[in-house]
Amino acid sequence: MSFVLVATVGGLTSVGIYLITSRSLGRIILGFALLGHAAVLALLASSGPAGSPPIAGTERSISNPLPQALALTAIVISFGLTLFLLALARRQHVLTGDDLVEDDLEDRRIARYDDSPDTSIERATR
Amino acid sequence: MNTLITMTIIGPLLAAAAGMAFRRSARLRDISTLTGVASAAIASFGMLWQVSSNGATAVRVGAWNPELGIVLVVDLFAALVLPVALSVILVVEIFAFGQRRTAWGANPELTGPLLSVLTAGVSLAILTGDLFTLFVAFELILVSSYVLLTHQGQREQIRSGMTYVVMNLLASTLFLFGLAIVYAATGTVNIALLAERIPDLSEGVRIGIGMWFLVVFGTKAALFPLFSWLPDSYPTAPTTITAVFAGLLTKIGIYAMIRFHTLTGMDDLGPVLLIVAGITMLVGALGALAQNDIKRILSFHVISQIGYMLMGLGLFSVAGTTGAILFLVHHMPVKTVLFLVGGLIENHQGTSALDRSGGLVRSRPLIAFLFAIPALSLAGLPPFSGFVAKLAVIDAGVEGLSTSIVVCALVAGILTLLSMTKIWLGAFWGPSPETGSSTTSTALNRKIMTGATMLAVGGTLTISLFAGSIFDLSQEAAIQLINEDSYITLVLS
Repeated sequence: MSFVLVATVGGLTSVGIYLITSRSLGRIILGFALLGHAAVLALLASSGPAGSPPIAGTERSISNPLPQALALTAIVISFGLTLFLLALARRQHVLTGDDLVEDDLEDRRIARYDDSPDTSIERATR
Repeated sequence: MNTLITMTIIGPLLAAAAGMAFRRSARLRDISTLTGVASAAIASFGMLWQVSSNGATAVRVGAWNPELGIVLVVDLFAALVLPVALSVILVVEIFAFGQRRTAWGANPELTGPLLSVLTAGVSLAILTGDLFTLFVAFELILVSSYVLLTHQGQREQIRSGMTYVVMNLLASTLFLFGLAIVYAATGTVNIALLAERIPDLSEGVRIGIGMWFLVVFGTKAALFPLFSWLPDSYPTAPTTITAVFAGLLTKIGIYAMIRFHTLTGMDDLGPVLLIVAGITMLVGALGALAQNDIKRILSFHVISQIGYMLMGLGLFSVAGTTGAILFLVHHMPVKTVLFLVGGLIENHQGTSALDRSGGLVRSRPLIAFLFAIPALSLAGLPPFSGFVAKLAVIDAGVEGLSTSIVVCALVAGILTLLSMTKIWLGAFWGPSPETGSSTTSTALNRKIMTGATMLAVGGTLTISLFAGSIFDLSQEAAIQLINEDSYITLVLS
């Protein structure tokens, strides 16, 4: 059981990291959604083995509630931030017509000081 | 005491709510947000006075057992950093009133309430006694900073805002993973309990946790390989916003690092921290030399100066930590003032690009004066506060026999002086630009802005004036951090 949980965390994390290295904000948002799930699952996994539901009168051991409280807080925060990122992507779409992350002009100006022909900065621009 | 502690967190939050409620009436909104931040600042000074005379206190919120509930801890370190941080926000908020009618002013409807939320986040991050509340406080700070950075919705801001948001969101997610790792290893997120339990862990797990949080806090603090978001995003925001970010946000990262890594006894990480510190200092200072815009130069210096604080921490000695704390206290107001002066220059000349400005020393000698003091302080020249702070850090380095890091620190100091000279040559000497000032500010606006900057310069001078007693307080705070026993008994009993 725990192995399945850990494997899921690993899978979600790797896909999430792959997605946020992309230049498209849409993919980045999806990546963060997956990473957020992975983090929440990791928090749950940290609480140890599952227990029975916390009903008064039952004698059996209940599962540790603290990581669940932490996970809930984390879910709420990541939900709000996903919405903010979506708003940002929408604004970018209105301004430029796509949702790609742009280069920094000042960085490119500095990079031009290096006039070796192999500078990949120019090629990276669309 | 309890009232004072809650005041620094609840006060600004209530003020933010009032500020949003009074959106339509500018005067009510300004009064309520200013009152919130001012009351928090006053309360924090009260706390410093109380702690330095009666000793540290801890408050259990809702009287929960510290293993389960939230604990707010006011030790000397927190009590020393908090008043400086809150005063910085207060000064910037006054500056923002003056800047509001200029082309660089931020939207006042949002700035006031958001700065109040940020203030609450800063207080919570400094006072909290457990890692998860630290995470929530970081989020409080970051969410308001995301909105402050991008709310004007211009193309440049959205572009740089994206880098900023994505980097910080990644760091926050890693923070969550770190919490899961820490909880799985020790069964708690309370820092006092961690200080008890982490030294008992096996060496691999302990170093793993230390490195993980080095990456998490290092991204917030803009350490060497993780700083790329900072010089991109800071200069595009309105000056007031940049001033707060530069003065506080990275410093909260380094604050968390000092607290976590000293209390949990991560001495093994010392060499790693020192190497990162050295590279951070040099890369930041060298990066600044290549820039042409005042705000960008200053942004790179934010990175460079973080290196000094990390160096103090990396020595893991009382002297080193004292230096780091002193540097933190000195750096927050100085950096903010420099950005505020950058805002004054921008307001006067219509640009902050060095090749399109000049001659300010004749047309605006006051601005030149206000720039010179914090710039010399940043470069570490006596008798300003930067000298005392740098001396403390470098002295600790010499004492710790870490010659190479001391050399790095001295070279970075010279480079800092060099780029301050560059700003001076570009903006203050030389011929005035033909375009002249193209701003819409009134005389009153200028007076408020200059007044706020003068207030902040006065603050930095006060720090250098009372450097002796601040050094003693820092030393006491460092002893409390290095010998974690007093912190543990304070929180747990």
